[in-house]
Amino acid sequence: MSSKESKKARDEAKAGQEATIYSLIAKIAEALEKGVVELYNVEIEADELEVRLLSPTPTAPPIPVVITPPKAVVEAKPEVKAAYEVAKAVEVVAKKVVELARVAFEEPKPQFSGRVVEVRLGASKEEGGTREKTYVVGGHTMPAYYYLTGYKPPHPPVFGGDTFDMQIGLPRAVKLAFGDAMGNPAEWARVWVSKYAAEAIDIHLVSTDPSIKDAPPEAAVKVVDQLLQAVKVPIVVGGSGNPEKDVIVFRKIVEAFPSEGLIINSLNLDMKLEDVCPHIAKTNAVVINFSPMDLDKAEQINRKTYDWIPRNRIILDLNIGGIGYGTEYGFTAMERARLSGLLGNELLQHPFNVGAANAWGAREAWITMDPYWGPKEIRGPLWEALTSIICLLTGADYFMLVHPLTVKTMKTIREYLFSEPKPKDPEKALDWLSKALPVI
Amino acid sequence: MPWKPPTPIEIYQLLPKTNCGKCGEANCMAFAIRLASLDAKLEDCPPLIEEEKYKGSYEKLQSLLLPPVREVVIKSPKKVVKIGGKYVLFRHEMRYHNPTAIAVDVDDNMDRDTIIKRVKMIEGFEYEYVGQKLKLDAIAIRSVSNDPKKFAQTVALVAENSSLPLVLCSTNPAVIEAALNVLNPPHHRPLIYAATKDNWREMAEVAKRFDVPLAIASPGDLNLLVSLAKTLSEDMGLKDLALDPGCIVGPGGFAYTIKAFSWLRFKATYDLWKHAGFPLIGTPISVWTQMSGDPKDVMLWEAVLATILITRYADLLIMHSLDGWVLLPQVMWRFQLYTDPRKPVAVPAGLREIGKPNEMSPVIVTTNYALTYSLVSSDAEKAKLNAWLLVIDTEGLAVDVSVAGRKFTGDKVAEIIKSAELEKKVKHRILIIPGKAARVSGDIEDATKWRVMVGPMDSSELGKWLEKNWTSEKIKELMGGS
Repeated sequence: MSSKESKKARDEAKAGQEATIYSLIAKIAEALEKGVVELYNVEIEADELEVRLLSPTPTAPPIPVVITPPKAVVEAKPEVKAAYEVAKAVEVVAKKVVELARVAFEEPKPQFSGRVVEVRLGASKEEGGTREKTYVVGGHTMPAYYYLTGYKPPHPPVFGGDTFDMQIGLPRAVKLAFGDAMGNPAEWARVWVSKYAAEAIDIHLVSTDPSIKDAPPEAAVKVVDQLLQAVKVPIVVGGSGNPEKDVIVFRKIVEAFPSEGLIINSLNLDMKLEDVCPHIAKTNAVVINFSPMDLDKAEQINRKTYDWIPRNRIILDLNIGGIGYGTEYGFTAMERARLSGLLGNELLQHPFNVGAANAWGAREAWITMDPYWGPKEIRGPLWEALTSIICLLTGADYFMLVHPLTVKTMKTIREYLFSEPKPKDPEKALDWLSKALPVI
Repeated sequence: MPWKPPTPIEIYQLLPKTNCGKCGEANCMAFAIRLASLDAKLEDCPPLIEEEKYKGSYEKLQSLLLPPVREVVIKSPKKVVKIGGKYVLFRHEMRYHNPTAIAVDVDDNMDRDTIIKRVKMIEGFEYEYVGQKLKLDAIAIRSVSNDPKKFAQTVALVAENSSLPLVLCSTNPAVIEAALNVLNPPHHRPLIYAATKDNWREMAEVAKRFDVPLAIASPGDLNLLVSLAKTLSEDMGLKDLALDPGCIVGPGGFAYTIKAFSWLRFKATYDLWKHAGFPLIGTPISVWTQMSGDPKDVMLWEAVLATILITRYADLLIMHSLDGWVLLPQVMWRFQLYTDPRKPVAVPAGLREIGKPNEMSPVIVTTNYALTYSLVSSDAEKAKLNAWLLVIDTEGLAVDVSVAGRKFTGDKVAEIIKSAELEKKVKHRILIIPGKAARVSGDIEDATKWRVMVGPMDSSELGKWLEKNWTSEKIKELMGGS
């Protein structure tokens, strides 16, 4: 006990002595730097301490000096150089006393009270439909991918494949992936599901557009029927974008397939919602409410739709532009909508749909550019994947994709994102520092 | 509680209140408003900086406006890159400052020609987008040799051939020291990458002696990362730090990376926790040692990680791929993400050529909102048109909004017809306006004395629409009447 105490006292005395020396050296260093060096009557009695002043003729550095001689070198006075040496000496000593100050990273604890509704895509046999695969999206109570302890997003995002009911101008990269199957939506859907593992099929009934083929609603019903036969995943039924015609087409389709859990893509404020919503309400179909980058209008259309359709059958689409084409507007609209919903705004507590096919609207995704920018066959799918990833980070739930490579990439990313956030060999993350890497 | 800017009144109280106008604003209150929205800098007020009597106020204002994420300056004699300086977690809370800098690497085992070639490519990278030149920001030099002399030679070679700021990458303090002796700070002010759990004392010593910013790398261990940040800043007096929590691919690692970046930035901006309040460094380059196989796959993942990290709070990226297709989406997305969500993005008004227009080519009118402009010109190019695009100044508003807000008017169109000397360039006197601007067609005809055709609602229909409507009969019909 007593020896311990005397040791402690000795240690304290030693520490005090050291502290005096350090502060003295620090003062010397400062004085040297200012060029006012007056060392006299100073005795330093610390055996491990060594103050080396530079000799008047410094040895040439073993390394090449930079080409444009910087001012600092030209003006460096011997005093300053000496000061560096002293400063260095101080730190050599200092490193013996600076220990790592341990501090724990306390995890962030954001407070949210809202909950995004859960929406079911597709209906199984038990639910009166014929879908062998159905999904639930939404249910978030926290912003996505912040990995707050104890919170796991209840449902992963779902990736569907786009098909069209007629030949439209699609990029070559897509044609290469699907070939002749593109002539027939049912065949196209089959390739999507069997070869490229799409989790749902989006059919865009472009031919119903009065300014294109003005195909009658009966023809559209037939196409949807063929798809329901061809694949057993949920079907997302897209209109032509003509608000009058879409209302008629959607009505016929939900009446023909009232129990398949179809997803209607999409309703907007230009439509006579009262002409179609009551008919959708009678079925088990889900609707996508479309409000491009506008939260006020999103609230408006949701509020209107609530008159007929339960909240848990509504998905929101705030629109997205491909990288370079307004991506930030959709991104920020989605971030704002999701936060607002989680903070309690019931009008925005809906899962998000993302029409990532818009990525192909970016000319960088499809035009031939100078060879430096790479072939468009690479740029296209990459554009779609990166645009989708940006949306994914806002917590988006359903993705309509055009290229199989995007589905593949997104599925891998989903798997990674939903794994336990624990790296296996974290040290390897620094291997890049010292390894030769292939130069392509 | 998230960071909140001081109110204009709080700021005003500390300003000179002389309304001298040297900042370019009419009075001190107007300047205070701009400061509060972070659109102006204190340094724009010369009296505040120069006069002794304002010193106290200046210091108070500095601390009031200090971002919760420290701004760290990296520079070469010719260029300055600022990283960090962030105020908010979400873009819509205000806006993001200091776009994620992108550095691409060379290493000291590459031969001289390869180094020079890569340096020139990094330096020369440029893509023009909505009137902006998108570029890369820095060169990361890695020590593969672990030989101080060799590394210093490489650094000298790069410095000689480039104007960009540098990131010196090695965990060996002797290697870093050798390079710093060559660069002679403050002439150059490179970022040192990195201090780790094994070398932090020596690295900190070097960084302090040369007064250069220092990165801390602690892959997979956030506790250690912030402990090092605390130790180096509080106990060793280093101010300019940057944090790398690790950039890891594969299951577990990928999720960890996103978690770490998100937690760090959340703690800095919402909890104002100083040990997290430093710029964040992402290293998508690390995929090159974590993956094998087809280099195209590796590049794809490098691109994926870069996009994720730009979105999730990285302030500096270190990358290896120099291929245009990997880098192009990054510089474009970065530009978009860092625009001010409170202000529309505009392109300059004026006359543009689509394809090779002649004196009988159609004249298409659109707005100077950057996105509208991009879409219309892209659609017109896609349709392989030869046309004139007349971009009017709607103060950066889209067509429907500008029509409603009376920014899309006959006078605006007349003004640009005159300044672009359109009457000398085309023989006809017909304008095609967007379908969404149909309401103002009469106003435009009155103001310009040109005939107006109302075009399609969406520019994707332009090609088809012109095929049907831009016929010699139609032109004759319209021009015959005038």
